Amino acid sequence: MSQKVLLNAKEVNIILHRLACQLIENHNNFTDTVLIGIQPRGKYLAQRLAKMLQDEYHVEQLHLGFLDITFFRDDFRRGDKTLEANSTEINFLVEGKNVVFIDDVLYTGRSIRAALTAIQSFGRPKEIELLTLIDRRFSRHLPIQPTYSGRQVDAINKEKVMVNWQENEGEDSVYLIEKEVSG
Amino acid sequence: MSELSVNHLLGIKYLNSQDIQLIFETADHFKEVINRPIKKVPSLRDITIANLFFENSTRTRLSFELAEKRLSADVINFSAAQSSVKKGETLIDTVNNILSMKVDMVVMRHPNPGAGVFLSKHVNASIVNAGDGAHEHPTQALLDSYSIRERLGSVEGKNVVIVGDILHSRVALSNIFALQLQGANVMVCGPKTLLPKYIDKLGVKVETDLRKALNWCDVANMLRVQNERMDISYFPSTREYTQQYGVNKALLDSLDKEITIMHPGPINRGVEITSDVADSKQAIILDQVQNGVAVRMAVIYLLASKIKH
Repeated sequence: MSQKVLLNAKEVNIILHRLACQLIENHNNFTDTVLIGIQPRGKYLAQRLAKMLQDEYHVEQLHLGFLDITFFRDDFRRGDKTLEANSTEINFLVEGKNVVFIDDVLYTGRSIRAALTAIQSFGRPKEIELLTLIDRRFSRHLPIQPTYSGRQVDAINKEKVMVNWQENEGEDSVYLIEKEVSG
Repeated sequence: MSELSVNHLLGIKYLNSQDIQLIFETADHFKEVINRPIKKVPSLRDITIANLFFENSTRTRLSFELAEKRLSADVINFSAAQSSVKKGETLIDTVNNILSMKVDMVVMRHPNPGAGVFLSKHVNASIVNAGDGAHEHPTQALLDSYSIRERLGSVEGKNVVIVGDILHSRVALSNIFALQLQGANVMVCGPKTLLPKYIDKLGVKVETDLRKALNWCDVANMLRVQNERMDISYFPSTREYTQQYGVNKALLDSLDKEITIMHPGPINRGVEITSDVADSKQAIILDQVQNGVAVRMAVIYLLASKIKH
């Protein structure tokens, strides 16, 4: 298995600041905006961005939630394993709000398709945007594109993009990993 | 561990403790779902479930049906009273006829113990036992344990007494298995005539004095006296049963600690528990009903995910 560094800690930090600024540009003081991290991995990016917006850009009122899409996925009973759920933590309604979905990697677009359905359980948003740290172009199965993207990556299907966070894996970094082809 | 060890839920006897853990963790997610403004997920939209009730039920049938609909499964209902069973059709024929209409899962209540096990060996569908005679009622035991876990934090190490008609109760047997799997201490309490002769062989304590039992326990699960299953008199009168084995507020208040009261329903108010107990804060009877939907969603979801395309 070979791996290559796509982004190091410094580059991740620069990109996070840029994304935070782009959000402020579009959403001003966030009164009608809610940030929704897509479980499981989008949660960390959402938390990091929310913290940055509050601590460094002094956004006071910020609604942050986490959405689990397991029960809305379109591959139930299609894989070998039972799909395992994560928790959904949304303690507000999204009715009439500007929703920003936050996920670490945009790949086929199917997770976001599921999230678009799942969020309807919490009301009818005014608008939904998508923020993603890594946008794997040319891999989309559905007509879904990010509104804000950290870095565009052209990876082939046997490659995997792995996003690490300081609080979990000990460092902020993004790797491109070539998966071993079994058999 | 993300998969059940079984393809059917026939009884708690066939599960292991990881299965129960997985069902509870999945149920936690569904409990969150059923408290949303829109209480439905599309997971099982290509699954059809038949609810076959060869015996009367209100709560369990509604709970299963709601659980299935919350998961977006297609549901067909059948009750023996209006069926060809009355015309002499066998169980396998009845079920195979239903399955030929492309049904993936069968939820069945049947008066004969072992009906679910029998069916699972003869038909090609996932079977969920919703009560088979006086044998097992696994989803009830799961929701009971889930409710204890919710109220007291865990089931392990807790003292649980099951009070009343143990002899005719499938809820009692499933609860004993489920509680023991999770490391709880179990006691049964009731008049001698309603305690099975060798029940202590299951590793449960046996007590005939209700006050002693309540003083020992953290949780008391009060069972209904099942008059419909009693062919002879097991106690002199309902009044006498209530005096010896009924729980009232004065009795609860006289205990050293505050215990949790459960009841699988339907309640005979004034027989096994009085109204002031049933409606008190110590009772989690309505929590049990709400949890029943979440737990059944978890069971159906986990079993359905094992049905291959």
